[in-house]
Amino acid sequence: MATQAIPGLYALARRLTDQSPEDLVQECLLRAFRAYGELADDAAGPAWLRRILVNAFRDRLRKEMRSVEEVSVEDVDEFSLYRTLAEEDPFPYSDTLHLDFLRAFGREDVRAVLLRLPVRYRAPLVLRYIEGFSTKEIARLLDEPLGTVLAQLHRGRKRFERELWDYANESGLLAKGAGR
Amino acid sequence: MTPNGPLIPCSEAVERLWEYLDRALSAEDHARVEQHLAFCRRCCGELEFARELRAFLATAAADEIPPDVRERLQGFVRELGG
Repeated sequence: MATQAIPGLYALARRLTDQSPEDLVQECLLRAFRAYGELADDAAGPAWLRRILVNAFRDRLRKEMRSVEEVSVEDVDEFSLYRTLAEEDPFPYSDTLHLDFLRAFGREDVRAVLLRLPVRYRAPLVLRYIEGFSTKEIARLLDEPLGTVLAQLHRGRKRFERELWDYANESGLLAKGAGR
Repeated sequence: MTPNGPLIPCSEAVERLWEYLDRALSAEDHARVEQHLAFCRRCCGELEFARELRAFLATAAADEIPPDVRERLQGFVRELGG
């Protein structure tokens, strides 16, 4: 079971952190080995392992999540990627501007954008929209009140939009897309 | 459900689009956003983009494990006796 789960666990670890994701998976496997008796049903194993990995991540970064600087609410909340794309029109010859913008990103670009987010926003975003955890479950896993998780998701989404735009500008993705 | 009160402004509707797609709004707030979308074409564009962005996030971040990392982690599992 653990062997089959390794690719998924590693992918999750890489989205959550750029600091030794392999070590995080090892920590998860070690904890799972110690707690294996608690697993009543092997079919629940993959989800159980993902929760253990998130717990290990939470413990590792508890300090960082508490101390990360708040992003200015005004600064983040006023940004709209949809409107920015319409106004800046980076691909003037495109009939599907918004889609073309997203298509300019490769997988490693998306990961790089996610890793630009402060961890308190990145973790709920990854767990909700990539891993599919419910907001209640995320609150439990990260040991945060539900209201805090909902606020982090809200700001995380706005921040993700802004980082997509900034990354595309800084990395030359817009120039490549415009040349198509 | 038909919401009470006036139509919400675009800023408020756009603010809630992801929660709307997540079905994470109260029934009344959900209905308010829906009512706004029925009238506002621009916000329908925002909604469509929010939908695309969610799908993009879910699929574009998929990645593969490098063979050497997989081998090391499998070795670790074997050492643990799994």
